[in-house]
Amino acid sequence: MTAQEIIAIVKERFGPKIKAEKLDAIDPYIVIDPADLVEVCRFLRDDPRLQFDMLNCISGVDYCEPDPAKAAKAGFEPHLEVVYHLSSFVKRHRFVVKLILPRWKNNTPGQLPEAPSVASLWRAADWHERETYDLVGVWFTDHPDLRRILLADDWEGHPLRKDYVFPLEYHGIRGR
Amino acid sequence: MGWLEGRFEEGVITTTLEQAINWARESSMWPMTFGLACCAIEMMATGASRYDIDRFGAGAFRATPRQADLMIVAGTVNYKMASRVRRLYNQMPEPKFVIAMGACTCGGGPYYKYGYNVVKGVDLIVPVDVYVAGCPPRPEALLEGLMRIQDKVRAMKYLTKGQPLENLIPARSGYVQLPPELETPEKANEFARRNKERATPAKA
Amino acid sequence: MSTTLERDEQQIIELDVRTDEMLVSMGPQHPSTHGVLRLVLRTDGEVVSEVTPHMGYLHRCAEKIGENVTPIQFIPYTDRMDYLAAMNMNLGYSLAVEKLCGMKIPEKAQVIRVLIAEMNRIASHLVGMGAYGLDLGSFSPFLYAFREREMILDLFEEVCGARLTYSYITIGGVHDDLPDGWLERCSKFLDYFEPRIQEYHTLLTKNQIFIKRTAGIGILPKDLAINYGCTGPMLRGSLDRTQGDPAWDLRKLEPYCGYESYDFKAIIPPFTDDYYDDEHFGIRPRTPPEAVIGDCWHRFYVRMLEVVESIKIVRQAIDRYPKAQGTHRIEPPRHLPVGEAYVETECPRGQMGFWVVGRPNKDIVPLRVRARSSSFCNLSVISEICKNCLIGDVPAILGSVDIVMGEIDR
Repeated sequence: MTAQEIIAIVKERFGPKIKAEKLDAIDPYIVIDPADLVEVCRFLRDDPRLQFDMLNCISGVDYCEPDPAKAAKAGFEPHLEVVYHLSSFVKRHRFVVKLILPRWKNNTPGQLPEAPSVASLWRAADWHERETYDLVGVWFTDHPDLRRILLADDWEGHPLRKDYVFPLEYHGIRGR
Repeated sequence: MGWLEGRFEEGVITTTLEQAINWARESSMWPMTFGLACCAIEMMATGASRYDIDRFGAGAFRATPRQADLMIVAGTVNYKMASRVRRLYNQMPEPKFVIAMGACTCGGGPYYKYGYNVVKGVDLIVPVDVYVAGCPPRPEALLEGLMRIQDKVRAMKYLTKGQPLENLIPARSGYVQLPPELETPEKANEFARRNKERATPAKA
Repeated sequence: MSTTLERDEQQIIELDVRTDEMLVSMGPQHPSTHGVLRLVLRTDGEVVSEVTPHMGYLHRCAEKIGENVTPIQFIPYTDRMDYLAAMNMNLGYSLAVEKLCGMKIPEKAQVIRVLIAEMNRIASHLVGMGAYGLDLGSFSPFLYAFREREMILDLFEEVCGARLTYSYITIGGVHDDLPDGWLERCSKFLDYFEPRIQEYHTLLTKNQIFIKRTAGIGILPKDLAINYGCTGPMLRGSLDRTQGDPAWDLRKLEPYCGYESYDFKAIIPPFTDDYYDDEHFGIRPRTPPEAVIGDCWHRFYVRMLEVVESIKIVRQAIDRYPKAQGTHRIEPPRHLPVGEAYVETECPRGQMGFWVVGRPNKDIVPLRVRARSSSFCNLSVISEICKNCLIGDVPAILGSVDIVMGEIDR
């Protein structure tokens, strides 16, 4: 099934809940509100025409330009994106769902933006969400066990944020 | 020991106790199975069929630090692993030796600049005896590193403390015979030029 | 013992065999965890009730580096992700960048890519087999596997000068053309290698001890595998041909690099006598009666048969190379276009995905590089399949997953 047909099916069901779509991208995608994520994903997984039974990847991107001189030319507003790559084992098609989140919840630095967890739908999401929390800093609500996965438990900050400052020292070992 | 030599029958060797201990020690360096990353595969290759580190008496890879004398830190050490490396080193019995294998353990390697989580050299955590460069080093390089450790053992003064240390002279040192196309500088330049020509990409 | 026990004695015996719950920390320095993985096992006597993996002991910040260097500079870092199959990693990242840039790769470069990637698959599965033997306590398969692997590495060294981290497949093709006489040496190696496969089966696959330790252990049902995102031999070992499951092999389903024109089989169980029409290098797949689809033995055997299929592909690629059109490499564009591309390739350990996002200001440095690691998903299922197994079976199950920590932690 082509991406156009998939988007048509999803639009027919959810209509105004689809905030944006991009058909001419290399991998066509739809953008939805975080509040609708679980509902849309459950439909994508359970609908007999779609059957997206495999979650390939969850990635977070930080759209931000830390250098103020370059920020005007960067071409984007500062925000976070969480991208879900889905594929179907039976139907052999792929699809992309995107969430757009603010960089900080309520615009207060330090408060992580929130997104619902899809670990109840695909168990693969469990570790991917932990990694996204660890490296990009997105808080997944309702996640069964959200803690750091790659970095040490007492690590500070989320390294894949663009404005992350590299540590100079960690437990007495100098950083550079 | 001039007064002793030649006074015994053939087949009897005279030596000092220290030399005998050092000889035994250098011929049975037991490394610890301590694979961290890519270099561990080269360490495995060094222990496997072709390179066979057992020829130098260091083939008995021990799974526990308490039985090992040599720690080959093979691969990138990061902050999460650092305390474990230190702990493993502390668990090893004296005398103990450390080989830093590969660029990452020598000084951060390719992860030096943007590696927020990588320790920039394992010598920030444990004392290192021999650095083996390369990313990853060839098995021959690791064998060379092992021989340098053996030289170090041979010069150890455990019993006769206070004696001046001799210079560490590599006892076994090899040289590499160049292939015919690299024999002279002219030939090597020509070889490099030809290779570069062949690798040039075509215009898209 | 015919006499009945007194009540006191019974109590004493019960006290004697009673076991307490115990937490065993396995790793990060452990010979059978394939690197620096730490498993915390909750055990009751010999039975494992819960496994909690802890990783990150090899986190090397590859994704952060990816958004600070140009795509060509990032190729060496992909080598160091899955260091057993570096060529396949290079290929995955190159394909992702090429998809983003919309590049068309000449036929000759594609043939070289297939040839090299399949050779590396053989080398990687050889290490997988040898290390699995080590995990189960037999040392000889390791020596046999490395004997042949060294020959493949010699061939690679001739091609690109490195033994382990090649950076050979690069954006726009491959870095150099194949050296003179390389193809003859390669087919000579294959002639040498084919009869040797029989030895591995005699040593390991048909070994009764090996069968006893792997068959029926760590059974992974298909639904669970898909739900956890397992791919590669891990998933294919759980599929059943007779129930109409598609062969989940990206080389077949979403062909890249012209894999659709090569004649090979995607390996899926059950392995019956009619799996191959002819005697295939002396292999007649014969499943031991204890083996169940989805167990360690099937995962291992899928790998062994993939080696055979890779040999077939390499032979076809060798025939194609002299006739292939075009050059080995075209020049990549100077700027990355805006947009994002996600590409998955079939690596020895499963589907390795790379996701590259170009900056809107068309800088050459990408905004984000994401590596979807196959071992990462394959390992996440370990807590399910190790439930209620014996503590001695944990290395057997872990070895059959065939993880590479560099790829998991990146």
